[in-house]
Amino acid sequence: MGMTIGEKIIARAAGVDQVKPGDIHTVTLDRMMSNDGTTHLTVDMYHNKLKHPRIADPEKVVFIMDHNVPADSAKTAAAHRKMRDFARENNIKLYEGQGVCHQIMMEDYVCPGELIFGADSHTTTYGALGAFGTGVGCTDFLYAMVTGQSWVMVPETIRFNLHGKLREGVYPRDLILTIIGDIGANGANYKIMEFAGDGEHAMSINDRFVLCNLTVEAGAKAGICEPDEKVVEYCREHGREVVHMFKSDEDAVYAAVYDYDLDKIEPVCVRPDFVDNFALLSDVKKEKVAIDEAFVGSCNNGRIDEMRQAAAVLKGRKVSPKVRMLIAPASQAVYLQALEEGLITIFMEAGAMVMNTNCSVCWGACQGVIGENEVLITTGTRNFKGRSGAPSSKVYMANAAVCAASAVAGYICGPEDL
Amino acid sequence: MKEFTGKVWVLGDDIDTDIIIPTEYLALPTIDDMKQYGFYPLRPELPGLIQEGDIIVAGKNFGCGSSREQAPEIIKALKVSCVIAKSYARIFFRNSINNGLLLIENDQIQDAVKEGDTLTVRVGEALVAGDKEYPIASLPDNLMEILNAGGLVRAMQRRNGILKED
Amino acid sequence: MGSTLIEKIIQHNTGIEKVTPGQIVTVDVDRVMIHDIFIPFAADKFKEMGFTKLWDPDKVVLIYDHMVPAAKVEDSRHFRIGDAFAAEQGMTHVHRTDGICHQLMTEMRYAKPGDIVFGTDSHTTTYGSVGCFSTGIGYTEMAGILGTGKLWIRVPETIRVVIDGKLPDNVMSKDIILRILGDLRADGATYRSLEFTGSAVKEMSVAARTTMSNMAVECGAKCGLFAPDEKTCEYSGVSMEEVSWLYGDEDAEYVKTLTYRAEDLVPVCACPSQVDNIKNISEVEGTPLDQVFIGSCTNGRLEDLATAAKILEGKKVAIRTIVTPASRQIYLDAVKAGYMSTLAKAGCIITTPGCGLCCGRSGGILTDGERVLATNNRNFLGRMGTNKVQIYLGSPASAAASAVTGRITMPEAAVRL
Repeated sequence: MGMTIGEKIIARAAGVDQVKPGDIHTVTLDRMMSNDGTTHLTVDMYHNKLKHPRIADPEKVVFIMDHNVPADSAKTAAAHRKMRDFARENNIKLYEGQGVCHQIMMEDYVCPGELIFGADSHTTTYGALGAFGTGVGCTDFLYAMVTGQSWVMVPETIRFNLHGKLREGVYPRDLILTIIGDIGANGANYKIMEFAGDGEHAMSINDRFVLCNLTVEAGAKAGICEPDEKVVEYCREHGREVVHMFKSDEDAVYAAVYDYDLDKIEPVCVRPDFVDNFALLSDVKKEKVAIDEAFVGSCNNGRIDEMRQAAAVLKGRKVSPKVRMLIAPASQAVYLQALEEGLITIFMEAGAMVMNTNCSVCWGACQGVIGENEVLITTGTRNFKGRSGAPSSKVYMANAAVCAASAVAGYICGPEDL
Repeated sequence: MKEFTGKVWVLGDDIDTDIIIPTEYLALPTIDDMKQYGFYPLRPELPGLIQEGDIIVAGKNFGCGSSREQAPEIIKALKVSCVIAKSYARIFFRNSINNGLLLIENDQIQDAVKEGDTLTVRVGEALVAGDKEYPIASLPDNLMEILNAGGLVRAMQRRNGILKED
Repeated sequence: MGSTLIEKIIQHNTGIEKVTPGQIVTVDVDRVMIHDIFIPFAADKFKEMGFTKLWDPDKVVLIYDHMVPAAKVEDSRHFRIGDAFAAEQGMTHVHRTDGICHQLMTEMRYAKPGDIVFGTDSHTTTYGSVGCFSTGIGYTEMAGILGTGKLWIRVPETIRVVIDGKLPDNVMSKDIILRILGDLRADGATYRSLEFTGSAVKEMSVAARTTMSNMAVECGAKCGLFAPDEKTCEYSGVSMEEVSWLYGDEDAEYVKTLTYRAEDLVPVCACPSQVDNIKNISEVEGTPLDQVFIGSCTNGRLEDLATAAKILEGKKVAIRTIVTPASRQIYLDAVKAGYMSTLAKAGCIITTPGCGLCCGRSGGILTDGERVLATNNRNFLGRMGTNKVQIYLGSPASAAASAVTGRITMPEAAVRL
């Protein structure tokens, strides 16, 4: 029987020829990533719960500080210190303030066909390069780090065939938010969302990051784009050679198959307080929703493409005095490229705040925290109640161009309305 | 002449405003919310121990550092009757007067008392510790006016004709 | 008998022919600055005092910097209160995300030579670098000024600081002011005015002077003044004729004169946890560090970033190194000059302009047992985290050199713009 990409990756990691949904397999992990959101807890468990603590292969473990960077409190600093000391003692590669974990993983590590655990839900991002990345909790992470292995239950796969091309002014973020709106916040629970078709192959790697990153918001265990030459090229540019490149078999079995015509997708503006609270921008903008803050960045939308999208809107314009606008490039590489292209200058001249490369507003704990009853429009990953500040605040989600346009106008609108 | 007696808390030289109230707590909505963090980096237990009418005795340069007015306000909110120090930093000095917190300059009492002793203050005249007296100066008239009005807010209210005299 | 610089400014403002130290006078305030932490309190007191209108909205500047970007849910409440007060009072000089108040006050030319300016922050002494008498006050006094435009002051005595000669290449103005603090001690100039002069001072950029005026408050000074010259005039947009009266007379009465030979000065740092605990870098060289911070109203200017970039060019930082430019304009200038690219390539964490770590609310807080070398103005206990954090203060050159090695390190030449 044929297998999907995700099934093939699990089969490889389990050392078996064939897997099928529902099977439970012991797998050897290709990589494990943990960030400062939880690493200190993992370290505590490592020291307190294990009789013979050891790390199977430090080379496969990566620690990345990105959530509270630079540290915003003595408590955070203590957690960071624990992480830093542990990394030093155990020869684990540590990144500090160099970017959002998933972006660094994509730039420096991920290869197609790999099975990767990350102690962060948006680890699904790695599917953009044809890898199986999934988020786990501290306990799972600890077990994986200590043994180099873990168990997985093989998920069912939902196939999304993408056709054609997104229209100008419509971005992959609009597409994935539309899909989540269609299938619901639990529509792909425990499943793999697989993207393929001519529309997928026409997309840049950057665009695929955006798709796979948000699949977890539909409950998916992984989001995987069918890899192609673009993946090989991306990996080569970043100093890596591709070994495995899995595609789904013709006779692979899917839990469901959806077809999307990309040219039918319109700009989206998700309403508070759930990611599947779908609305079209054209509807929301009729309400002239006044905003207090706008954010462009995050592991979903903090790459050079989104920097360019925001800059195209902000060039020669000013952020409304009623709005605080924060822009956080997702990594130092993105920041440097944006510097070179003059985008950072455009942002700063427009009155936006260019943040250090980190999770920033999307994490909602230390930068651009919003207050009582304030309204944020964001390119971040989530709009849950209180995610970016006070429980009474409201978060709308849209693409980078819409966030930038809204920052200029002071209320939710598209670039075409300026 | 005003006279009062209180228990002494002893602090050292250069007690800065970040010690009196760390920046971290400055955004709390009210002085009452902040006062529990008074002297936090140095003596976190103090706010819980200080009783109404107690006296702080410190060394030189008390209140150096930032302009945060919460510093004298917190000392006042802890119901400290006065601070006696060898010298004061200037912004803290102005802020204290403006908030009606009595500051006394004296450089001998530090050797005469220890923490827990009681001390009597005869305002503008002397400090009395045991059977010894230490003379203290009175403040300039313009400052006494503000202090006597109960702080600058009340002085301005009087100017603007909205002060209901007690 | 002649007058000191501060006396001349007070005389000019009040019209009193000759003021003497100790005299209490009332001045007409040229400009005030209120920052985000204290605006709710100043606005409250203003109303409580019975005022309804600002004495002159054009003379009031509101700047958000300590809480930018907001690090806590309560922070934006300060912005909302400030915005509402500014709208109600018709204020136009409001800076919400443009950088640190003390940088903006001279950069935007709100504080000019000969002016008298008060601010709700202790480092308001900073504008002395352009020959402006500026000093920090509390929010209650600020509220009083907002209603009346006036404030009483005691005419301060003046300490004259003469620095002659040529500075060694690796000595920055930060090293000089730290040395002065060490000599005067933390309360050595309380209530007094510092007046800086000498051939080494003449050579300094306005930015370098600003570092010294900024830290004048750390020895208790009411202000730290430099007589304006061509550089000041260009920076502040005034003519030399307008400021020709602004200098301290040779025959004025100075309570004390400190004299330094620039050639004798060396890189120094303030060791934990007092600003006057000064040691030569050579004495503490090799001390392991956990973090370096380059920024603040003391040392977050272009010249400071240029120095850091030159030292870090082609290298990688060994420890976390946080760079926080003092203003939006400085950030833009640093991008243009290529410093940001150099600093990012070296691995620095470049944050958005603001007070950042210096005010201890975010931007790189530390924990027990950690050591930081920082270019800002205070190393008080608990200022940047727990009371077991050790804070060393030094110049941007020393900070950058130490970032490369991870230990306190003697710097190479600084950049002078």
